[in-house]
Amino acid sequence: MMTTVTVGLGSCGIAAGAHKTYEKIKAIKEQENLSFELHKTSCVGMCYREPLVEITDETGTYLYGDINEDRAVEVIEKHINQNDPIRDYIVYTDLFDAAENDFINSQVKIVLRNCGYMDPESIADYEHRHGYTAMKKIVMDKISREDIIKTILESGLRGRGGGGFSTGMKWKFANANKSEQKYVICNADEGDPGAFMDRSVLEGDPHSVLEGMMIAAYAIEATGGVIYCRAEYPLAIKRLNIAIGQAHAKGYLGKNAFGIKGWDFDVYIKEGAGAFVCGEETALIASIEGERGMPRKRPPFPAASGLWKKPTNINNVETFANVPWIILNGAPAYAKYGTEKSKGTKVFALAGKIRRSGLVEVPMGMTIRDVIFKLGGGIKNDKRFKAVQLGGPSGGCIPEYLSDTIVDYDSVNATGAIMGSGGMVVMDETTCMVDVAKFFLDFTRKESCGKCTFCRMGTMRMLEILERITNAQGREGDIEKLEELAYQIKDNSLCGLGQTAPNPVLTTIKYFRDEYEAHIFHKKCPAKVCRPLLTYTVDQEKCTGCLVCLKNCPSKAITGERKKPHLINQELCTKCGVCFTKCKFNSIVLT
Amino acid sequence: MRITRLTTKQTENAEEDVDLSLLDPLIAKNKGKKGNLIPLLQGAQELFGFIPRPVFEKISSECGIPLGDMFGVATFYAQFRLKPVGKHIIKVCHGTACHVQNAKEITEAIEEMLKVKDGETTEDRFYTLESVACLGCCSLAPVMMIGDQTYGKLTGNEAVRIVKNIKLSENN
Repeated sequence: MMTTVTVGLGSCGIAAGAHKTYEKIKAIKEQENLSFELHKTSCVGMCYREPLVEITDETGTYLYGDINEDRAVEVIEKHINQNDPIRDYIVYTDLFDAAENDFINSQVKIVLRNCGYMDPESIADYEHRHGYTAMKKIVMDKISREDIIKTILESGLRGRGGGGFSTGMKWKFANANKSEQKYVICNADEGDPGAFMDRSVLEGDPHSVLEGMMIAAYAIEATGGVIYCRAEYPLAIKRLNIAIGQAHAKGYLGKNAFGIKGWDFDVYIKEGAGAFVCGEETALIASIEGERGMPRKRPPFPAASGLWKKPTNINNVETFANVPWIILNGAPAYAKYGTEKSKGTKVFALAGKIRRSGLVEVPMGMTIRDVIFKLGGGIKNDKRFKAVQLGGPSGGCIPEYLSDTIVDYDSVNATGAIMGSGGMVVMDETTCMVDVAKFFLDFTRKESCGKCTFCRMGTMRMLEILERITNAQGREGDIEKLEELAYQIKDNSLCGLGQTAPNPVLTTIKYFRDEYEAHIFHKKCPAKVCRPLLTYTVDQEKCTGCLVCLKNCPSKAITGERKKPHLINQELCTKCGVCFTKCKFNSIVLT
Repeated sequence: MRITRLTTKQTENAEEDVDLSLLDPLIAKNKGKKGNLIPLLQGAQELFGFIPRPVFEKISSECGIPLGDMFGVATFYAQFRLKPVGKHIIKVCHGTACHVQNAKEITEAIEEMLKVKDGETTEDRFYTLESVACLGCCSLAPVMMIGDQTYGKLTGNEAVRIVKNIKLSENN
C-alpha cells in the first residue's frame, strides 16, 4: 500500500504553524521525489500538540505531535526514508503505548467521527466514510417523514447549542405546521467565548452538517436552508462553500434533490455581523432578514412563524452533525450512551489552565473530574484546580469540590451553571473569581441588545458594583445588592441572554463568597489578580539593583541606586504593575 | 449595550474622498432583494475598509432604505465600522481562556508600544488595535489575529515583537 502523510490544517493547527509544516513536507517530497501521498485534514481535537502529522504505512498509523518545520524534516527522513518511526514524537498509535493514547481512547466519537480523519474539502472522502449514506438510505428505503422524526425523538437527542430542547420535538412541531415554504436554519453563530467545537466541526466535516440539514429539511418538508455562520470563522465559511458546491454537483442539493421528485432544497450561507445575541433564535431570524438582531416574544415559536413568517426549524451545528449518524445507526445505538434524560455524547472544548486543551467528545454522564483529569491531563504547571466555568457567559463556575458532578443537562443545571454549548474553561488558584464574574458581565453588558430595561440597565449596574469591588472600593451590602439585581434581571428579561446573564455572578457568590468578602472587607485579592488590591514590594534579597523598574515606574515611586536593592514608596505607588512585568529577577512581591 | 450615540464629530471624521462608483455593482446585485441591508453594508465595508457617510447616503437613496434603518443596523453589529481604520488591524482576543491567561498584558503592551488605546488607530493609519470576544483558538491562549494570521501562546514582549516586525518587513 501507498504510505500517506496527513497534516492537520484546522484554524488552531494553522495558528500553530501547520501550513509551514505542510509546505516543508511538500517541498521535501518534490525535492527528493518521494512516493508517499500527502493529504490535508482538519482538527482531531488535540490542539495542545499542534501541528499534527499522521503517517500511515503498511505497519500501521502513527500520529506525530508538535511537528514544526525542523521536526518535519527529521520525521520524513527517519520514518519514510529509513522506515524507523521516531517514538519520542509519536503521540498516538494503536501499536504501542504512546503519550496521548488515553486522550483518544477514552472518547466516543460520533459528532467528531470524521474530524481529523478525512480531507474536509473532498466529498469523495466524506462518502468513503459513509457520508450521505443516511440520506440515501432514506430515499432507497422510502423512510417516511414521521419515521425519521420518530427516530430522532427516540434517540433522545437534545439541542446541543445550549437550550437542550428535544430535537425530535422541534422537528415534529415544524412538520405539523403546513406551508408551501419552510426553512431549516443551522445556527453556527458560535459566540460563547471559550467554545470552539462548532468551528472545528464546520472546518473538519462540513458535509455532515449539510447532510444533517438535508435530513431535517426532508423530514419537515423544507425548501430553503440557511447556515448562519460567524464572520470570525473564515476557514469554516470557505469549507462550507466548497461543500455546498460539491453537493450541488452531485445533485444532493437543488431541484429534485437526491432524485426525490418535487423536493427542491437549497442551502446558502449567511455571514453573521458580530452580535452575541444572534445566537438566540428569534434574534438570528431577525438578523437574516437584515434587521437589528433583537429577540422577540415567543410564541409564536419559529416552528410556527419563523424566517419570513414561515415555519422554521433551527438547530445548531453539533446537533445537525449527530443526525446522519443516528439515522444510519438507529436510535437505540445512540441512546445507549448517556444518562436517563441526556442521551448520546457531547463535545467539550477544554481550555484555560489545563494541560491538554482541545476538543473531546465523551458520553453524557462522565464526571467533570474525569473530563478534566483523565482526558484533560489535569492542571497546567501543577497548580491547584479551583473551578471550571461551564456554559460561557450564560453559565457558571463549578467549584473543585463539586467536580464529581456528572455532565448532563440536569445535573449541571442543578449546580447553577448550564451545559451551554460545551465550553469548559478551567481555572486554577491564580484565577480570581470576582474578576471572572466581572469579565462575563462586561461581556453580556456589551452584548445586550438593549430591548429589555432590566438586561440593559441591570447588567450595567451590576458591572459597576463589581468594578468597585475589584477597585478596592467595595462596601458592605454589595453582595446582597448584586444578588437582588441578578434575580430582577433573570425575571424580567425576554430572552436567554438576559435570563442567564447573572449566572456567572450568582454561582461565584454561591461557591466563592469568601473571595468576594476578602475583596470587600479586607481589601485583598486572594488570587492576586485585582491590581488595586495588591501591595507591591521589593524582595530585598532577590533585587539586583538593575534600575529597570525604577526607570519604568510612571509615578516615580521607586527609589534606589545601581546594585543596591530598591524600595517602593507605597504612597506614590499607583499599582499599575509595570515593575512586576519588567523585573527579570522576580523580585517584585505581591501581597 | 453596544449601540452608541453617534456624535457629530464622529460622522464628520468619516467624511472622506471616496469613489462612490465602486458601489454600483454591489447595489445592482442586492437591490430589491429581501434582507439585503446587512450584505450591502458588509460589501461596502469590504470596499472601503469602513462605511463612510456618503456611502450610507448613496445606498439609502438608490435602494430606498431609510438612513435611520441603516445606521440602526450599522451601529448594532460589532462588525461595522464608521471610522477609518489602519492598514493592519490587530485583534487581541479577550475570550475567557485568553482572559484567564492574561490577555490584558498583551493589549497593554501593544497600547504602550503604539501609543494608542484599545479601539484606536495610529496616526499614520498603519495599525488599529482592537479587542475581540473569541477567535476560537482557545488552546493557544492568549492569542491575537492580524490579517488572516493567528498568533498564539503570546507574552507582551512577543506580541510587541510581532507587531513591530510587520512594519519593518513592509518598509524593506
